[in-house]
Amino acid sequence: MTIKEVEQEIVDEFSIFTEWMDKYEYLIELGKSLPIIGDSAKQESNLIKGCQSRVWLNAQISDGKLYFTADSDAIITKGIISLLVRVYSGRTPKEILEADIEFIEKIGLQDNLSPTRANGLLSMIRQIKYYAAAYS
Amino acid sequence: MGIISSVSEIRKHFPALEQQVNGKRLVYLDNGATAHKPQSVIDLINQMNSRTNGNIHRAVHELSAQTTALYESAREEIQKYLNAAHREEIIFTSGTTASINLVAYSFALSSLKRGDAILISEAEHHSNIVPWQLVCEMRGAELRVLPVDDSGNWILESLDKLLDNSVKLVAVSQISNVLGIINPIEDVISKAHALGIPVLIDGAQGVVHTKVDLQKLDCDFYAFSGHKLYGPTGIGVLYGKKGVLDSMPPWMGGGDMVESVTFKKTTYAPLPLKFEAGTPNFIGAAALGEAIRFMNQIDLEAVSEYEQEIVAFLAEELTKIDGVKVYGVSNKKIPLFSFTAEGAYPSDIAMIMDKLGIALRSGFMCAEPLMKRLGADSMLRASFGMYNTMEEAQLFIDGLKRALKMLR
Repeated sequence: MTIKEVEQEIVDEFSIFTEWMDKYEYLIELGKSLPIIGDSAKQESNLIKGCQSRVWLNAQISDGKLYFTADSDAIITKGIISLLVRVYSGRTPKEILEADIEFIEKIGLQDNLSPTRANGLLSMIRQIKYYAAAYS
Repeated sequence: MGIISSVSEIRKHFPALEQQVNGKRLVYLDNGATAHKPQSVIDLINQMNSRTNGNIHRAVHELSAQTTALYESAREEIQKYLNAAHREEIIFTSGTTASINLVAYSFALSSLKRGDAILISEAEHHSNIVPWQLVCEMRGAELRVLPVDDSGNWILESLDKLLDNSVKLVAVSQISNVLGIINPIEDVISKAHALGIPVLIDGAQGVVHTKVDLQKLDCDFYAFSGHKLYGPTGIGVLYGKKGVLDSMPPWMGGGDMVESVTFKKTTYAPLPLKFEAGTPNFIGAAALGEAIRFMNQIDLEAVSEYEQEIVAFLAEELTKIDGVKVYGVSNKKIPLFSFTAEGAYPSDIAMIMDKLGIALRSGFMCAEPLMKRLGADSMLRASFGMYNTMEEAQLFIDGLKRALKMLR
């Protein structure tokens, strides 16, 4: 599947929720099921600081593809992270750099990417792009 | 209008409270950050922006005369409300932060020497820490800290050890923005004054929830913001005792603060204009005056009684919830509660409650050293204003329980 296709899949999944609470329930569930990155990867160099919550992002390259694991101390943030990991992980640096993701906005979570939210998500996406640029 | 004593009457004056947020009735519990404005304040701002707009103190034309009158009458309203001895002791600034910085860069910077000290408390907002840190660094002075105990109360016994002749200023908050504890500032003021040390009170939260009598309190400086006191943003006040303000050099130079300017020598305008360089936020100042007029119609004792009922209710209900830890325990507390909940992260709770229409604060709350002292990286805060009801306190507790059920 292309990045666009995965994005569409997520948008379809979220289209069944009419209530915000259901959307959050789902994100919490996703957050809880996201594999937690090992303590060794939860180091200062992988930490993205935000005022509201912290995010850890670890990247590994294998066969020319980037694989991401990530964690956050906030579970809803972690749910959104799991969606980003689903979209970006296992892609080539070129795919990542060319991707202009739209699903966050389509599922109504764009507030979480506003700089004022300071939850680390915006920096996380930027960091993913930096990794891709570094390996491309 | 007569005296407004019930919360339902107070609410009617605040149009912002009638709105829906995320499809739910707004329950606004972030008053510690900023409060909504009564209709009379909004009307005055609109009227000045649409008609009565002329730069103050400068022109002979009618609009300038009208804005100047509004600006100066606001100063008098504030002077009376806080019972300051003189109108020129009320300096308009852009807010508490600017007021504190004014004292830091004028009073402290001009008098601090290497080896001197400034004393603050461990429970201060960043804006009552960083300005002092900056001037202490510039002058090689020491920033001393009055510690708090585990419940967030000042350890007053350590004051005698911390206060000595090297301390040139004490700067502490009347009410902590994280703990909601009404601090024993009277004790600190009398102990500092016994050694001839001036005291600055950060009244950002205090002016909203207590009746301040500056002559009785006898502090040397008092700083607060308009927007937490039901006035507009971008306006605040620094009160300073006349003698102290007179002895201080100007901080910012510009128009309106001068008497005569030549390239050789400039003489400064007398107080209060000496500290009001440039075109001030005259619409904000006038609107803050209007907010004070509104406060004058409020039966503050009745408000305080109702607030204490909310405090008692929240203290009981919050501790009944499993794993909830409240920070700031005291029998002198405003309805401001910071807490954490085991197994649920503060920003998650705040996000869910936002969708229920309940506005809370989460994060460091601009008081990182205090958060560290109390052993939390992030907290939630519910802060009530005079228009918040017991019913809203119940909605907050219900919403919190629902959020915790989802997250745990």
